[in-house]
Amino acid sequence: MPKIKVEDLKRIKEEVKKATSLREGGKRVKVTVHMGTCGIASGARKVLNALVSAMEEEGVQDVMVTTSGCIGICSKEPLVTVEVLGEEPITYCYMDENKMRQVFKRHVLGGEIQRQFALAKGLE
Amino acid sequence: MQDLSLHILDIVENSIAAKASRVEIRIEEDPEGNRMILEIEDDGEGIPAHLLEKVVDPFFTTRSTRKIGLGLSLLEQAAQQCEGDLQVHSREGEGTLVRATFRYNHIDRKPLGDIASTLTTLIVGNPDMDFKYVHIRSDDSFVFDTVELKTELGDIPIDHPKVVRFIRDEITNGLTKLGCKLDLGLLAGEE
Repeated sequence: MPKIKVEDLKRIKEEVKKATSLREGGKRVKVTVHMGTCGIASGARKVLNALVSAMEEEGVQDVMVTTSGCIGICSKEPLVTVEVLGEEPITYCYMDENKMRQVFKRHVLGGEIQRQFALAKGLE
Repeated sequence: MQDLSLHILDIVENSIAAKASRVEIRIEEDPEGNRMILEIEDDGEGIPAHLLEKVVDPFFTTRSTRKIGLGLSLLEQAAQQCEGDLQVHSREGEGTLVRATFRYNHIDRKPLGDIASTLTTLIVGNPDMDFKYVHIRSDDSFVFDTVELKTELGDIPIDHPKVVRFIRDEITNGLTKLGCKLDLGLLAGEE
């Protein structure tokens, strides 16, 4: 078994804290737009704006939008992670405004994972 | 990075990573004096003195996800290519000030870009943080402060989509009145 480092423990603590806040905040879904330098240069801001516009149009209240830094997969940015409460997170890659709207309508609202854009399942 | 608003978003993400609770963004446009100043100040953890000289090195980062850190070096490059410079002042435990200067009329100076989108992105992603934006142009100024807005909003969350729309419009209108040249891409549907 690989040795657990202090950084790993800090990361686990943050992940548990985030999952807990999702439950306590009364939110059903958390959408994370990755906003490292690579993500921003690739269009992450447009992706987040498209998400917020779609939420406004649908009048959705139970979705938490958050941002995070680079996760080390710069070539596949913009990345977006969708975490439905009680399910494993899905990370989508090469996102743009249209893909974000599709993921929002079909995955976030409809519960159907958009496999054609998905990069990974599970925690970062 | 296409414009300064994207650089600002990138640098403020550093402040967020440094656990800042408040970030102030100041832009001073001085067309008559042919000068532009961008300052981003936070109350985060600060940078240890021995690391301060390395922060603009693109091959230096404190992250473990990858071995490069491009944010500040890209802003430095953007400033230097129009005869400006970049300074980083920081005190551990107190916060950091990033200051970039530009020759205003230089052909290579990047446009301001969609400041409203940058600020709404920061607010939506970090609703618990406070952001203040100050834009000075010649003798006029525009100030937007989330502390004041949160007081006005009361129980309504600042990241509610309708509030976000209001913030976007408020900033766009404020900067338009100042006479700033904005990239209204999203509003025009062509960002």
